[in-house]
Amino acid sequence: MFAWTIYISFAGVAVLMLLPRDQGGRARWVALGTALAGAIAAFGGAFQYQAGSGLQTIARTSWIPSLGIDYHLAVDGISVTLILLTAVAAVAGILFSWNITGRAKEFFAFYMALIGGVYGVFLSFDAFVLFVFYEIAIIPKYFLIAIWGSTRKEYGAMKLALYSFAGSALVLIGLIGTFVVARSQTGVPTFDLTALAQVDYPESFQRWALPLVFVGFGILAGLWPFHTWAPTGHVAAPTGASMLLAGVVMKLGAYGCLRVAMTLFPAGLRHWQTEIAVLAVVGIVAGAMTALVQKDFKFVIGYSSVSHMGFVLLGLATLNEVGLSGAVLQMFSHGVIAGLLFAVVGRMVYDRTHTRQLDELEGMRLARAMPFAAVTFVLAGMASMGLPGFSGFVAELQVLIGSWRAFPTAGLAAGVGIVLGVAYLLRALQRAFFADSAGDARGEPAGEAIEPISLPERAGAILLLGATLAIGLYPRLLLDFIAPSVTSLIQGLERGGGS
Amino acid sequence: MMNPFGSITLLTLIPLVGGLVVAALPAGQKTLARRLGLGVSLLALAVAGALWSGFDRDSTALQYVERRAWVPTLAVEYFVGVDGMGLLMVMLAALLVPLALLVSWRIEERVPLYFALVLWLEAGLFGAFTALNFFHWFLFWELSLIPAFFLVRLWGGPDRGSAATQFFIYTMAGSVGLLLAFLALFLATGKFDFLELADLGRTHQTAALLHAHLGWSGMSADALAQAVFFGAFLGFAVKVPVLPFHTWLPSTYAAAPTGTTMLLTGALSKMGVYGFLRILLPIFPDQMRAWETPLLGLAVLTIVCSAAAAFAQRDVKRMLAYSSVNHLGYCLLGMFAALRVTGEEARWAVEKAAALNGVLLQMFNHGLTAAMLFGFVALIERRAGGLRGLDDFGGLRKPAPVLAGLMGVAAFGSLGLPGLNGFVGEFLIFKGTFALAPWVAALSTAGLLITAVFLLTFLERVFHGPLPARWAAFPDLSRAEIWMVAPATALMFVLGIYPQLVIGVIHRTVLLWVERLGPC
Amino acid sequence: MTGVGYSDLLAALAPETALVLAAVAVLFVDMGLMRSAPLRQRFLTACAVAGLGCLVTLGILASSGAHLRFLDGVLVVDSLTQWVKVFLVVLTLFTAGISAQAEFTEHVGEYFALVLLATVGMMFLVSTEEILMIFVSLELTSLSLYVLAALDKRTRHASEAALKYFLFGSVAAAFTLFGLSLVYGLSGATNLTGIAAGLRAHRSDPLLAVAVVMVIMGFGFKVAVVPFHLWAPDAYEGAPVPAAALIASGSKVASFFVLAKIAVLGFAGVEGSGAWGQLRAGWLPVLAVLAVGSMVLGNLTAIAQGHLRRLLAYSAIAHAGYVLLGLMAMGYPSQRSAALAAVLYYVATYGLTTVGAFGVASVIERVLGNGRIDALAGLSRRSPLLALCLMVFLLSLAGIPPLAGFFGKFGLFTAAMGADPAGLGLLWLVGIAIAMSTVSLYYYLRVLKQAYVVAGDEEASRIVVPWTDRLVLIAAAVGVFLLGALPELLLGPLARAIAGGNGF
Repeated sequence: MFAWTIYISFAGVAVLMLLPRDQGGRARWVALGTALAGAIAAFGGAFQYQAGSGLQTIARTSWIPSLGIDYHLAVDGISVTLILLTAVAAVAGILFSWNITGRAKEFFAFYMALIGGVYGVFLSFDAFVLFVFYEIAIIPKYFLIAIWGSTRKEYGAMKLALYSFAGSALVLIGLIGTFVVARSQTGVPTFDLTALAQVDYPESFQRWALPLVFVGFGILAGLWPFHTWAPTGHVAAPTGASMLLAGVVMKLGAYGCLRVAMTLFPAGLRHWQTEIAVLAVVGIVAGAMTALVQKDFKFVIGYSSVSHMGFVLLGLATLNEVGLSGAVLQMFSHGVIAGLLFAVVGRMVYDRTHTRQLDELEGMRLARAMPFAAVTFVLAGMASMGLPGFSGFVAELQVLIGSWRAFPTAGLAAGVGIVLGVAYLLRALQRAFFADSAGDARGEPAGEAIEPISLPERAGAILLLGATLAIGLYPRLLLDFIAPSVTSLIQGLERGGGS
Repeated sequence: MMNPFGSITLLTLIPLVGGLVVAALPAGQKTLARRLGLGVSLLALAVAGALWSGFDRDSTALQYVERRAWVPTLAVEYFVGVDGMGLLMVMLAALLVPLALLVSWRIEERVPLYFALVLWLEAGLFGAFTALNFFHWFLFWELSLIPAFFLVRLWGGPDRGSAATQFFIYTMAGSVGLLLAFLALFLATGKFDFLELADLGRTHQTAALLHAHLGWSGMSADALAQAVFFGAFLGFAVKVPVLPFHTWLPSTYAAAPTGTTMLLTGALSKMGVYGFLRILLPIFPDQMRAWETPLLGLAVLTIVCSAAAAFAQRDVKRMLAYSSVNHLGYCLLGMFAALRVTGEEARWAVEKAAALNGVLLQMFNHGLTAAMLFGFVALIERRAGGLRGLDDFGGLRKPAPVLAGLMGVAAFGSLGLPGLNGFVGEFLIFKGTFALAPWVAALSTAGLLITAVFLLTFLERVFHGPLPARWAAFPDLSRAEIWMVAPATALMFVLGIYPQLVIGVIHRTVLLWVERLGPC
Repeated sequence: MTGVGYSDLLAALAPETALVLAAVAVLFVDMGLMRSAPLRQRFLTACAVAGLGCLVTLGILASSGAHLRFLDGVLVVDSLTQWVKVFLVVLTLFTAGISAQAEFTEHVGEYFALVLLATVGMMFLVSTEEILMIFVSLELTSLSLYVLAALDKRTRHASEAALKYFLFGSVAAAFTLFGLSLVYGLSGATNLTGIAAGLRAHRSDPLLAVAVVMVIMGFGFKVAVVPFHLWAPDAYEGAPVPAAALIASGSKVASFFVLAKIAVLGFAGVEGSGAWGQLRAGWLPVLAVLAVGSMVLGNLTAIAQGHLRRLLAYSAIAHAGYVLLGLMAMGYPSQRSAALAAVLYYVATYGLTTVGAFGVASVIERVLGNGRIDALAGLSRRSPLLALCLMVFLLSLAGIPPLAGFFGKFGLFTAAMGADPAGLGLLWLVGIAIAMSTVSLYYYLRVLKQAYVVAGDEEASRIVVPWTDRLVLIAAAVGVFLLGALPELLLGPLARAIAGGNGF
């Protein structure tokens, strides 16, 4: 069932490419249909998946026998969570891209290709296959931003592409090294992740391989100081793409760190654990502080993504069950919330007012002009601040618990990050939506005829809000998937490299 | 007493759902929104009243308990129930919200949203006063912030932007400290349940558990427990507020629309004191004892300095804001005094019970009185076109005798005139404190004096003296307004004369606390 | 050498014979029958004949199971060489395909005949293990290519390029000859296995070092690695597009194959070491230096290029650097066959990709009269097909899955890393290679940006792609995609062929 998510997405790409030219309207519907079909497959798979039943293989056929590469798709609870996230984000992103008119079929073709790649990464259990899908996701991002973006779009797109590619280059070196070392130890060539995780790599090898692979994936997860692509990329991207970038693409990086770097090199991980935690915390705090002084509304959200992904990385670095499951939950939560924030900023505000400068938005009294956008942003902002009742709270709570146990100081610093998070969101919220006096003085804003929030936007916003609320109020929906997998993952870490 | 489809859930849901309904009204439906909002709040009051009357006054057990698993991996449960204190606070919130709505009747902007936000705030209060598991207590604790923030932000006076932000960020910073502290506790004990945590605290296991499970970089068990305690303390200290964490309060109270200020001071600030009593005192008794003297010092500082600051204000709202801080200082004083290590004799227990009874009474009374005072300020403001400086008025007694009289009652209640409600609470607090910590009590009486001075100054400046010509036609209270304030004023008298009404509910709870605090 | 009769020889050489006959046929048809026909028709016809010849040759290659070792390696025909010849003929077929609509010369018959003869030279080159024969076939190839490069006499640019190519090529041939004669002098043998045996006594002879360096230098010119690359950008840019495509693809495949043979078979025992920190004299460190230079310089210089074909030239230099990694891996016996398979897969798919890219360039230049990258603006509107094909080819060159270039690089790097699994000695080279392919993405994306992102002239009409070009481009693109998605299609047969060969 899960595998269909990949096939449906790529089939969607093919259909979109074959559509006659200038069929913007039809392209949207095809894309929405594809994304919905993918989502149905994803949710169907999730219902079939027995929580706590460990790894379930979906497909396995030999692909390149000489290198022991199998087309191996499998899921555990962690993948299920992220696949569900992808499904939700994909649908929402299309709803918020409904107003794309220029070259719509190309837009949605790239979009669905990206989605297909993302599904592929989350489903792969063969390092090579995972890497292939990971790379497939790079190119559509470039075009989505470069063609349909705004504000220095070509720069942002190129930066994103090169950073991603540089990251995957590091990963590639690490993967090939792992393959070679494993083959020389066991005599069997394989890229299978479970098999590779059984190998006892020499500690000296793990010490350099782990940072290579972790940083390689971490670049895409917004690991400080390699995060600079994220704000520029997010800002330059069209709304649907920024939603995907922040929503799922950054999760690819974090997922890679978790699934590949950590499971393969437990000893290396223990060696570098503190350094990773430090980088994560610096990311949390520095990201939040930078967000606090941005003048561009979208940059605020862009840097907030860096900050929130810091929580994911911190959770990973804790190496305990609570921290890890918090990290996974935070991936989901941030995916939904960041998507929502970008939707409000990019689609609802920017597409209507044609500015994202907080100074200019101050005069527009948007809370009156667009109450729906204001309410959505308030709720999303609350979720992003980590207020209880929203998914962000449960996730960050667990990360904090985990880091309390592993690195108390990091926990404190992350606490500072949360307070800063409140500050920058409030600042943005006030200036963009609830600024007073300026608007009163100047009378009604120029953009008198702000078009009303359309139905697809409402649907998308409600979908994402529903997701974050559902998880916030009843985290077991996902924790039941995540927790057992994290437990077995931790056991794996303890078994491998017993030093 | 288990009741699966519980009355407390119902109580919380009424304003929550009611708020949703009101918020969904079209912006033009102002009257309907007002009426509906008031109706919902009255319904909540009725339910609270039913709880009050159904409460078994002779039992120390928690009542109206509901308990359901929520996130088992994190020991999170939906666990609500009330003891005497919880019930008292619920009642206070339920009483104040209709008053606040009535005071806000004349708000014309975005009426449905305003009324909805107040109702959501009420839901947050109910939730926070009834929750017994950290997780969802924290949920309500935080969620009550949001409506408060927007009430200040959207309907406040000048400077509302910075005031609202300051309010929010201070409180959030405190909350994060609180959250981190509780996470540390959770790690050490695996519990989020207040009662179970309190058991550990009472049996002096907390520090040892923290040490065993966390043991950071060579911190001793005591130092560790104290660090955790301070994290939690920070959260409540900001909320109450305790000096020097109070700086958000005057500007927020002054900027907030008056109906909101009533709730902020009347109910929201009680969440801080409530937290001290429900959480800090039972869970960290040893740590609080270790720091008792500095804490008492802080209480005195809060009482005296805020009274002095109030004296220096020219804006009535700011003055009352500082006065609020001062009154809550007495609560802290009584509470910290009750921590005193004493002998085994029965009389100490009596003194402690007196102090703690006083604390609870003071919480309720202050909520009522301060809300009334702010309510009257709102009525004056409305008549004076927004003016509320001490020096803007004079001689108002002549054109508006009823207003002057009723506001005078509230002011005297606030400064603790016998026969009015404020007296009983403060009397009990000082009675206990004088026995337990005489010097501290003596110092604190300075606060009483200054309070008397500034409240009398206020009455004198505003209602007496020559009447400026422009206020010659100052309208008195209308019939509707009299009916609005009359019940509360009556309640002030009733409580002054018959405090047993409240003490009856809380007495058992207080005795239980005293017993648990023990002699040492 | 016993038991090889003329009939066997003829059977083994049937593919080459077929191609020579095809060359003659092209000449005959064009010069005899079509002399007065319009140029367009002559090109089409000659292309059809040459294409038919290639197809027949492919048929022969596919059906013959010839296995022959003649005169101690003067002629070696086994399943491996058959496969390499298949690559060569396929690339020639594609080259002919993109020539079908050309109009750069009057000498249509000669042009196609030279293309076929150059291919015959390459085919001989791959099926010999004897240095004289190597040199002779190399010359046959080179001379044909020199003339091909010079065929477009309409611009001075083209003539300059041809001259440069010719001069550099001749000097390279001289180097090769000099190196080979030294080798012969030292070893007393002309066939590669004999040379290896003869050199064993002279491992520390400085002359041997000179010989090795000279030979590698000579081939370095052929495959255009830094610092012997200077002819490549001019030739790629100035030569007629199909000729440049053949130079960039078929000639590379053959040259790399024979360089590998010389190094691995002829210089067996003088590998030295290219591991980081343990460089030891031999051909490995020489290749390492060339590889690093090519990867770094090729990629960095490509960034600055404004002409599509020049950019492809520099990228070709970089790719030659990657292939050298594979050759180095072949210096380690444990990895030899895997590395050979990886190298062959790589050069084959690289050739296919390059021919495709040149095909796109040829259409664009024909329509726009200008091969600059800027001219591509708005291509995705004017011709979605061309833009899509260009994207497939360039992304394959950049190494993006699921295109062939990705698996090609992956295979090469895996082989290089696997050469010394304990010490990971070639890790530093692989690191440089992977880092540099990140750089390469930048300039490939720059081209694609012009094609897809930059709006270009709104008024510009659609580009009509003739059916022959469409056929070739789609076939190449599908090939690149299929081979990338299912590398086993090529790897499997290659592995079997290598296993069935003579240890090489």
